[in-house]
Amino acid sequence: MDYFRQHILSIVAFWPLAGMIVLMLFNKENKTLIRWWANLVMITGFVISLPLWFWFDRDSADQMQFVQKIPWIPTIGANYHVGIDGISLLLVMLTTLLGPLAVLSSWEAIHDRVKEYYVFMLMLQAGMLGVFISLDFFLFYVFWEVMLVPMYFIIGVWGGPRKLYAAIKFFLYTLFGSVLLLLGILALYFMYPSIAAQHPEISSQFGTGSTFDILAFQAAASFLPFNYQYWIFLAFFVGFAIKVPMFPFHTWLPDAHVEAPTAGSVILAAVLLKMGTYGFLRFSLPILPDGTKYFVPFMITLSIIAIIYGALVAMMQPDMKKLVAYSSVSHMGFVTLGMFALNPNGVNGSIIQQINHGISTGALFLIVGIIYERRHTREIAQLGGISNVMPMYAVVFLIMTMSSIGLPLLNGFIGEFTIVMGALQENLWWAVAAGSGIVLGAAYMLWLYQRTMLGKIENPANEKLIDMNLRELATLVPLIIVAFWIGLYPAPFFRVLDKPVNKIVAKVRPDYFQGAQRLNAEIREPR
Amino acid sequence: MAQFFQMQDLGAITPELELVAFGMFLLIFDLMVQEKRRLGLIALAGIAISGFFLFRLRGTDFSAYGGVLALDPFSIFFKTIFLVAAALSVAISLKYLDIERENHGEYYALILFSTMGMMFMAGAVDLVTLYIGLETMAIATYVLVGFLRSNQRSNEASMKYFLLGAFSSGILLYGMSLLYGLSGSTRFVDIAEALSRRPLTDPISLLAMITLSAGMFFKVAAVPFHQWTPDAYEGAPTSITAFMSVAVKAASFAMMVRIFMVAIYPLRPQWVPIMAAVSVMTMTIGNIAAITQSNVKRMLAYSSISHAGYILIGFIAGNETGLTAVPLYLFIYTFTNLGAWAVIVALRRKDVIGEQIDDMAGLFFRHPAGAVLMLIFLLSLAGIPPTAGFIGKYYLFAAAIQTGHNALAVIAVLNAAISIYFYFRIVVSMFMREATEKTGLVYAPGLTMTLAIAIVFTLLIGVYPDPFIAMARQAVILGF
Repeated sequence: MDYFRQHILSIVAFWPLAGMIVLMLFNKENKTLIRWWANLVMITGFVISLPLWFWFDRDSADQMQFVQKIPWIPTIGANYHVGIDGISLLLVMLTTLLGPLAVLSSWEAIHDRVKEYYVFMLMLQAGMLGVFISLDFFLFYVFWEVMLVPMYFIIGVWGGPRKLYAAIKFFLYTLFGSVLLLLGILALYFMYPSIAAQHPEISSQFGTGSTFDILAFQAAASFLPFNYQYWIFLAFFVGFAIKVPMFPFHTWLPDAHVEAPTAGSVILAAVLLKMGTYGFLRFSLPILPDGTKYFVPFMITLSIIAIIYGALVAMMQPDMKKLVAYSSVSHMGFVTLGMFALNPNGVNGSIIQQINHGISTGALFLIVGIIYERRHTREIAQLGGISNVMPMYAVVFLIMTMSSIGLPLLNGFIGEFTIVMGALQENLWWAVAAGSGIVLGAAYMLWLYQRTMLGKIENPANEKLIDMNLRELATLVPLIIVAFWIGLYPAPFFRVLDKPVNKIVAKVRPDYFQGAQRLNAEIREPR
Repeated sequence: MAQFFQMQDLGAITPELELVAFGMFLLIFDLMVQEKRRLGLIALAGIAISGFFLFRLRGTDFSAYGGVLALDPFSIFFKTIFLVAAALSVAISLKYLDIERENHGEYYALILFSTMGMMFMAGAVDLVTLYIGLETMAIATYVLVGFLRSNQRSNEASMKYFLLGAFSSGILLYGMSLLYGLSGSTRFVDIAEALSRRPLTDPISLLAMITLSAGMFFKVAAVPFHQWTPDAYEGAPTSITAFMSVAVKAASFAMMVRIFMVAIYPLRPQWVPIMAAVSVMTMTIGNIAAITQSNVKRMLAYSSISHAGYILIGFIAGNETGLTAVPLYLFIYTFTNLGAWAVIVALRRKDVIGEQIDDMAGLFFRHPAGAVLMLIFLLSLAGIPPTAGFIGKYYLFAAAIQTGHNALAVIAVLNAAISIYFYFRIVVSMFMREATEKTGLVYAPGLTMTLAIAIVFTLLIGVYPDPFIAMARQAVILGF
């Protein structure tokens, strides 16, 4: 048990990979066995990640926990260094939860080349988990790039009619971003020794040698000259913004989503996009505080454009999946808006909203996938009145629509509310823009629901649709539960997040909490 | 002045002598043996024994023959690359030459002679020794390129390669003669000393530098001296293309390191801008031209051009990281590229040329292992972790950033990103298209062995690069 506890992060991350290697030994004709095995690996993967949630020490949620550090490439100072704080805990849990659901949803959707499909899904899962647990920039980059290949194949082999175009576009876009990210990492890497040499408080803890240690970079952050922060921020920005994706780098997303198979879209929306926002949170903000502050207006502008533009484009889409894809652009705009408000509310909300987006958009893609498997079309005009034949489906869809538009009692509300609060603290107009985004979001989602679910069935093809089966329900019920959980009782989530978020905010705006303390003191003892 | 010849000097060249002996032996044996494949095995044995002698020389660091030939970690590292490349090239040739009906004993002898020339190039610290090594390598390679006697393309390629090669050797010689005139010595250290005493803008030094660089750039196929490469690579027997793209290229770079980092090092401020421009052009034009190719051999030829562009970054950086990157990258490139070429060799069957991207359509369905191996080699060529190619690229980019060549680094990484586009055209063909009647591979023991070695190193260096980095670093630290 002790061994398990000390190595839990590595076990969680490499579990899918081990399952993948076993899977490769199976006969490719034995599809049932392959499906069972892949699902088993994913579900056990979720189960073995559960102790993380229970063992996580919430009182020191801002400290890295379950840390493991092994020298890997000593010549360049790269280590196998993993660990999680409250922020990565939530993202790891999100990944281990969504992975099995995505795999379960592909049971009937994937008929061809089943073995390879599950091999790539398991590889993808391992890569994503690796990204969220890495505390070494070199290791992080390796995981960050590794998951491009399986995703490329999932879109390119099992995708829709324009899959090749979508797949290579996804690959190229992300790769362009990540190679620039690599240059930013290298610039930090070569800056660090000279900073550490001048500041004994850093070198005593992390040494003066070249390192890729993210914690060392965070410690050295405040001594990094602004000129460097400026350029490194830009390099990171391109890498992360393409992944998020922020306007104007979002054009790969609708293509990838529309062409990807359902499970690919789910993983892409629910987890992959979070890698970009996670990158901003973990690297850009705490390592480059001055650069971050300098670019706030720029980032906020892009976020607001994404919120409104994404929503408007979503409204006009004739294809359900494309609509959800553009809604992702809009929702991720909220996430970056909250993050770059740079106060505890905004950043907290931004992380909660990342989880929410994973839950609700993941669920919406599953929902679209269910109707697509029955009707082989996603065109809104072809559907209509579906609630008459698929009542259970209609209920689930309704819940997730409400979650997506931020109805109180459901998760979306908590995230959006906190973000708007954070935005309001900084600037009224940011909050106004965010609010209008919420209104637009309600408009396109409700309109979508009305056009597809309500009314009479006019298209005879829709008359004999069968409601969801148990498997399909099983993919959605966990998401509904989490959606209500966050909506009704978000305290456990905020408890995990508060400390690490405060730490980040204190890093970026050292005066923020001092100001608040002074204010508190003044209230208590008026001058 | 050191004594011109000592007995220990003979010991310094045992690996080379042994290769020559085996080459001669092969030529004689060729007359007696009907089964030519056995000659290939003898050549392999010769390379192995040469490797053994080289292994016994490890750790030595002295200059032989009165200071014209260095036996330092640098040359030993490169000689290892040459021997590995030669062995793997011979191994992939065994079956291939049968299919082409051109299995002759001279082939293997020529590979050995060519390798021997390379080994002298890597050790040469003197213009004359260098040039003799270079020409030994080049002449053997000219013949090998035209080895498919009945094939017009092969003949044409050989002719082009020969003419342009001779021309560039002439330019190189011109630069060498100027250097000799300036310094009165053919040894690199004396040349460097003489050059450092002249002003940086001295027109004769500059002329020597420019002609010398042009000759070198031709040998490594840098833009604008790259035109011969696609034709030569396409026309040559595929096994020789593989050999050229790794061994000949590595030898040329070894020679460049000695020349640029020792002989004309005093002129560094003058040649860095030239090299930066050449590097940018080479990367970009190589990659862009590769995008439009439908012939895999030509595509990989252009890709090898762009790789030469990346490697030049190591010279531009010129610090320890940069110099480590050059041998490291070439070492990695040897395995990765030979692996990729081995798959293409395997595509050649009795009635199928197997050079078009279309010929690889659906390869995954017929030969999943071959397709997956090719995928990994291509990912490594593109520099995607956790393959070896990433480590090589990482080192070059790191060198550029470390020395403040930020714009160059940005151009290089963007090029690396572009390259995925054409490498993945092959992947698309292999994995996402229906197999045709032309799709297929021919495996042979030699090919399988080469693929196995190539994949093991491609993944091993990617996941655990430390010992290899240390080796490459030691080669340049002690060598310079």
